[in-house]
Amino acid sequence: MSFDFAVILAKLPQILSGLGVTILIWIAGTLAAAVLGFVIATLRRFGGRPVDVLLQLPIEVLRGTPFLVQIFLLYFGGPYIGLRLDPWVAGLLGISIYGAAYYAEIFRAGYQSVPPGHVEAAECVGLTRNQIITAILLPEMALLVMPPSINMAVILLKETALLSLITVPEMTMTVQAIGSQQYAFVEALVILALVYWALVELANWLGRLAERNLSKLSA
Amino acid sequence: MSDPAIKVSHVSKQFGDTQVLRDISLEVAPGTVSCLIGPSGSGKSTLLRCMAFLEQATSGNIHIEGEPLGFTDGPGRKRQSPAELRRVRSKIGMVFQQFNLWPHMTALGNVSLALRRVRGMGRAEAEERAMKQLDKVGLKERAHHYPAQLSGGQQQRVAIARALALDPTIMFFDEPTSALDPELTGEVLSVMRELAAEGMTMVVVTHEIGFAASVGNRIAFLDGGRLLFHDTPEVVFAAPREPRLEQFLDTYLDRGAAMLK
Ligand SMILES: Nc1ncnc2c1ncn2[C@@H]1O[C@H](COP(=O)(O)OP(=O)(O)OP(=O)(O)O)[C@@H](O)[C@H]1O
Ligand SMILES: [Mg+2]
Repeated sequence: MSFDFAVILAKLPQILSGLGVTILIWIAGTLAAAVLGFVIATLRRFGGRPVDVLLQLPIEVLRGTPFLVQIFLLYFGGPYIGLRLDPWVAGLLGISIYGAAYYAEIFRAGYQSVPPGHVEAAECVGLTRNQIITAILLPEMALLVMPPSINMAVILLKETALLSLITVPEMTMTVQAIGSQQYAFVEALVILALVYWALVELANWLGRLAERNLSKLSA
Repeated sequence: MSDPAIKVSHVSKQFGDTQVLRDISLEVAPGTVSCLIGPSGSGKSTLLRCMAFLEQATSGNIHIEGEPLGFTDGPGRKRQSPAELRRVRSKIGMVFQQFNLWPHMTALGNVSLALRRVRGMGRAEAEERAMKQLDKVGLKERAHHYPAQLSGGQQQRVAIARALALDPTIMFFDEPTSALDPELTGEVLSVMRELAAEGMTMVVVTHEIGFAASVGNRIAFLDGGRLLFHDTPEVVFAAPREPRLEQFLDTYLDRGAAMLK
């Protein structure tokens, strides 16, 4: 038995379209997750104790259940409560919500890492709460939240493969379909693995670049 | 203006079950230096923090130049709006034991931030003013250094410049030299002496009894959350009849008393 990658690579346009969907859902989902996570962490930090406690439960649930179960519930369970979503929308929403729970924790740790005295000093010179967040807290925690944020982005990229199970036409679904049409399952899987790995390396490289620039700023 | 610069009325503070301040009342006249002394844990920092509303007194009131700070006057003890709190608090400059400089900004950035964001100055104008403040504390040539590149004494002087940049009429210091190596305390104390000579109203929590005796117009002695003395250094140091105060002073090199005798 010999491998025949040519039959798969012959479908390059389809593969690229799948790759495009994967990258789109990944980038959009990660950005949405990070923004949502930041908003949640900020509400928990400044919203008083009831808000803090209230937001803790959904975060625990989201972090304590498999992503696959979450998207199945969203996509197959949604219609039972009148929530009929396109695979696309369900996938993007799923990634965003799942990721937000983790980003919320990352930013919570970030907030906690800033010494309270730095905030008090800012209050004493008359900065408003929003100014304190943007001028003091965010830049001070940036370096600390960068590595776990990149790490989470990488995890989310790999989780997008599961969206093939709710028929999102992303890379895994596309390449697997080609593989079965062409009777080249293993070749398809090998190519999939290589492309994901390349994307992960790219993300890590970008992360290191960002970190280096940040650490220059906060010498 | 006959209002005292600072008026503390019947302030008590509890942390959970612990009573940290007990019914403290004192007034600080404009242009004077009050030094807060007392054993560790007696509530000096807590009192100063209540006076800047970094800590909420459990009961009692603070007035800054006649205006309430933190809680509105009148019945109900309502919280001031954030904007009102910022307005009244802008009369106070605060200097912390741990400097609390923002590590991601240069000395110049630390001093000019509020000028830009609070006063709405342009970058050039703010940096020019900040530069003047840094010059005043002798750190003009360090303006572009980050806090991590400065000695403790230099960091504390930047922190003083940062507090002065907004032209406060009152300065609070919480043990400004306690985190410094002994050879670095002098440079910070001399900046503070200059400020006092210029007539700045100051409240200084300090263990530097020599500084308290020579610069302080009033000495406040706190013990177990009670204000036992608030008087001139002559009275407090020269005739310590109060056993708690005598015991406290004995534990220090009794420099203040020696200098006055
Ligand atoms: N945030 C807090 N929560 C609980 N207890 C506190 C808190 N801050 C201070 N205390 C307690 O209040 C008491 C007075 O503390 P404070 O820091 O005001 O003392 P201090 O006179 O400044 O002492 P030192 O000379 O060591 O700085 C101490 O017993 C301290 O443990
Ligand atoms: Mg203290």
